[in-house]
Amino acid sequence: MKTRRNAELGLLGFAMLLVATFGWTVEANQYGTVSATFWVPAVLLSILFLGLHVVVRLTAPYADPVLIPAVALINGIGVAFLRRLDIARAIAQKDPMPGVFAGTGGRQLAWTLASLILAAVLLLVVRDHKIVSRYAYTLGLAGIVLVMIPAVLPGSLSEVNGAKLWIKFGAFSIQPGEFAKLALVSFFAYYLVRKREVLSLASHRVLGLDFPRGRDLGPVLTVWLLSLLVLVFEKDLGTALMYFGLFVVTLYVATERSSWLIIGLLLFFGGVYVAYLLGEAVGGPFANFYDRASIWLDPFAPKYIDNEGYQLVQGLFGLGSGGLFGSGPGAGSPGFIPEVRTDFIFAGLGEEIGLFGLSALLVTYLLIVERGLRAALAVRDSFGKLVAGGLAFTLGLQVFVILGGITGLIPLTGQTTPFLSAGGSSLMANWLLVAMLLRISNAARGPAAGGVGPDRPGPKKAPTQLHGAMTEVIKP
Amino acid sequence: MPEFVLTVARFGFLILLWIFVFTVVGVIRRDLFAGARSKSIVASPRGVGGAILQGRPAKAKRGKAARQLVVTAGQLAGTRITLGEAPITIGRAEDSTLIITDDFASARHARLVPRDGQWFVEDLGSTNGTYLDRGKVSGPTPVPLGVPIRIGRTSIELRP
Repeated sequence: MKTRRNAELGLLGFAMLLVATFGWTVEANQYGTVSATFWVPAVLLSILFLGLHVVVRLTAPYADPVLIPAVALINGIGVAFLRRLDIARAIAQKDPMPGVFAGTGGRQLAWTLASLILAAVLLLVVRDHKIVSRYAYTLGLAGIVLVMIPAVLPGSLSEVNGAKLWIKFGAFSIQPGEFAKLALVSFFAYYLVRKREVLSLASHRVLGLDFPRGRDLGPVLTVWLLSLLVLVFEKDLGTALMYFGLFVVTLYVATERSSWLIIGLLLFFGGVYVAYLLGEAVGGPFANFYDRASIWLDPFAPKYIDNEGYQLVQGLFGLGSGGLFGSGPGAGSPGFIPEVRTDFIFAGLGEEIGLFGLSALLVTYLLIVERGLRAALAVRDSFGKLVAGGLAFTLGLQVFVILGGITGLIPLTGQTTPFLSAGGSSLMANWLLVAMLLRISNAARGPAAGGVGPDRPGPKKAPTQLHGAMTEVIKP
Repeated sequence: MPEFVLTVARFGFLILLWIFVFTVVGVIRRDLFAGARSKSIVASPRGVGGAILQGRPAKAKRGKAARQLVVTAGQLAGTRITLGEAPITIGRAEDSTLIITDDFASARHARLVPRDGQWFVEDLGSTNGTYLDRGKVSGPTPVPLGVPIRIGRTSIELRP
């Protein structure tokens, strides 16, 4: 198979052209004239992505050619839109045009640099994705600790807008859950590669579906309990849905049993419904979830429209006034929407590029997920399959959770929009995810070189004891 | 800035965005077709011819050289490996080319070695054996195109 690196380079150039066009239109709409430096952010981004492209050429030449340009487009539009918000604020305060590195847009540019360096380091260090499986238990523990830290910390150190998802150090805050999902995917994949036989073979057949034995339900119930604890103590439905969905889908991919999906959906909706009823009757730790669900059911109710439901309603108004083709980049008024830089960036962007533009971005997300699943199908080892499938699915689920929240399909939760919203944790974690997908797709598309590692053993060499694997010693 | 230019920019951006999406789809499509073409060749009766040739291994080289290894059954079903010069190792060990997590597979189960354009399958002393079509593999055996090699629950084939 060809490497297709030149196709990647071409698409990358196209994506950056789009970012430059966005910047040009923003300045034309906001100032009436276009400054001579409108292209600077796009060119800076191009240099950054070109750096990653070179690293990929050197370390993963057969990686999927579509992933980097598609992600770069979304990342670039994010930076350009945040810069557009800075420009609007500068005009309102009668300040001169913000510099390239000023404001949220400039900070996002810096975060992009940091994320790309991390992604490049991952590609350089992890030359073979199977190495990750050796640290599976460490990663699993790290993942659970990362999820639990905000729940244990006092609210003043971890709470933003009612959701306890953060660790704050003064002006600086990180969202450990974003990194936890990467660690948990690796752990789940390793665990299920070892247990898949038992989970997929031993079963009872009820109503034409294969149901697992009671004792095999243990792990899925544990994760379910964990995600409900997250829901109650971190007050965030999105994160809970994320971890649980991730586990159930990895389980489904590993065992090819649709009964797991049914069990998973029933457990999750049952749990959420009980939490809702408890929130209505008891309150306490369930009250926050009850409030969010009530706002979702009727955001325009007089009780909510100017208080808790304000941001959701403004977001809906924004999307509505954007209509089919939007007002044009820079011509809308995203300033009305609270949290437009983070959670509601899709609503603000939707007002300016309309349904037509928003669906193009959604298709781009869909293509990224599809390429991830494609790499999962093609790779030659089960661990790689489960990791790639799990990571790609997580990305898709996260987009679904936040977009469903903004458009009123599901209760709103504080998930970030991958690659788009302002924030370093989310951007870094998701670029690491892309780097892992690049690594796996390189293994999937590359020729079978045989020489996977430097210590490729001959057939006569005694098999080494692999970590955790049941290796049989063969006597000829 | 005249209104006309702004309108052109507004719609131009949207059109460019969709052209980008379709260009990406185009790049992906070429990938898909690369796989589909080889699949249609396999569907032709050449696979059957290969099975007949199996009795006369010396002449098995006739016809096209194997370019791909395809897993047709088992947990890795659908996986393809593009064949090169390097031997392919199959087993549960982490450094195998094709890693099979199957209770009936050994850590180093079998390997495929090319010699003068012909691939040979060789059992590496596995517990449950390697089967070429229905016969158990005892020494290096030439593998014709389209004939299944069975290892545990997994079945693989060479294809042009």
